[in-house]
Amino acid sequence: MKGPRRAALVFLVALGCICVFPRLVTPADYAQQLRDAPDASPSAEHVLGTDALGRDRLARLVYGTRISLSLAPAAALLTTLLAALIGGFGGFAGGWVERAVMAAADLVLSLPWLFLLITVRAFLPLNVAPMISVTITFALLGCLGWAAAARVICADVRTLRESDFVLLAHATGCGRLRLLWRHVLPNLRPILLAQFWISIPVFILTEANLGILGLGVAEPLPSWGGLLVELESFSSLASQPWLLAPLLLLVLTVVCFQTVLQG
Amino acid sequence: MLLGGLLGATLVRLSPGYGVEENELNSRLSRESVEALRAAHAQDASIPRFYLAYLSRLAHGDLGQSATLDEPVTQLLAERLPETLKSVAIGLGLGWALGLALALAAVASRGAANAAASAAAAALLSVPTAVMALLLVMARAPGRLAIGLIVFPKIFQYARNLLLRCAAMPHVLTARAKGLGGARILFRHILPVAGAQLLALAGVSVSMAFAAAIPVEAVCDLPGIGQLAWKAAMGRDLVLLVDLTMLVTLVTLAANMAGELVAQPGRTGEA
Repeated sequence: MKGPRRAALVFLVALGCICVFPRLVTPADYAQQLRDAPDASPSAEHVLGTDALGRDRLARLVYGTRISLSLAPAAALLTTLLAALIGGFGGFAGGWVERAVMAAADLVLSLPWLFLLITVRAFLPLNVAPMISVTITFALLGCLGWAAAARVICADVRTLRESDFVLLAHATGCGRLRLLWRHVLPNLRPILLAQFWISIPVFILTEANLGILGLGVAEPLPSWGGLLVELESFSSLASQPWLLAPLLLLVLTVVCFQTVLQG
Repeated sequence: MLLGGLLGATLVRLSPGYGVEENELNSRLSRESVEALRAAHAQDASIPRFYLAYLSRLAHGDLGQSATLDEPVTQLLAERLPETLKSVAIGLGLGWALGLALALAAVASRGAANAAASAAAAALLSVPTAVMALLLVMARAPGRLAIGLIVFPKIFQYARNLLLRCAAMPHVLTARAKGLGGARILFRHILPVAGAQLLALAGVSVSMAFAAAIPVEAVCDLPGIGQLAWKAAMGRDLVLLVDLTMLVTLVTLAANMAGELVAQPGRTGEA
């Protein structure tokens, strides 16, 4: 294992540990408002200061990391499963089913998905509960990201379907379901794994974009996207550089994911 | 494209909260005004009816009226589209110039230049588009350059890998063994082979640039169709949203089809 890849993995594992045990980093509550200390500068008590509502920024960053880093993989899993199901079915069935799957994938790919995401997210009721909003945001990400992967999987399953070992298995009386489960699916594992890992940083970045536009995770739940909204007051960044902490953590995390993938 | 519009309209229509008008809670509006608002919403209640009426108007060149901005959509598009086209053109120009130049440098040197350009591309790929635009505004640079910085890493990574693959092909190795110069090998033996796939990437990069235009224009307050889409989404303006969905889908499809036509193997060669 190369040095940068090992360092990236160590960083991601450490971040994962912080997500599981946030109290190790900060005992503060992410939603607790300290009315007497709004917009406080960093101190021993509040390492990254407090926001305009007096909430501890470090606690919000830690819990925001937990939300982004737990739901982005969940959305990636959903998108990979959808891609495997749709692409695998199309590729294995062949004929008009395969053409229909490819056409559906082309249709979804040609749609401006970020635009659709913004649109659908904007049409949610204003009084939706924060936990539901976060689930819907990432579920939408998962539901819209399947098309590109489904095309690849469909083409791969078609190749496997026509390969010698599958033809031999079919000739020996192996049923279609068993053929798919025992002979095709195991050979798709590398593609499915790659698709899963590639989707995670993409979804993290998309949630961040949605958050900045005000359509991400609803308050008071923190997420990386929601925390980046503070960057909009960029005139104060020179005097309050700690506002950049969520951006730095996000960039570092996505770089680590890329390093692990490329390694 | 029509299916794209229908899908957009259906998703919007089925989303929770559709048909809820905040103005209905406005105590200054009379009962008649509130009823008129509800009646206007009821017209769009059925997706097939809304879509058929929309297509009928479209056949007559009428894209409808924006509910939030109270202007014909055709006029809004005529005002906003040039701004987005300008942003996309600048972004694509910058992204392609940077991406191709650095890919060529990376292939030529394969050492420090490759490592530096790869690191820059990886860093840019890790920044959300909206944050990139904000950082550029903070640095007093035009926000629309963010589109170029979003497109650049993808162009660079694809072009570098493609050029490296082409540079390792047998005919290039033979040309090098015969003592041909680097520039001659690049222009006579590598680029003609890679050209078709690079042109295919050009089609895809148009859709990337349009997708990036939405957060960039929304954050930088640029009056283009990205910002219009954002305002339409916030105002739940169904007619405008469907028109914009169809317009962007049309552009994306046209760009992809143009790219695929150029990249067809057998026409201009394949790497």
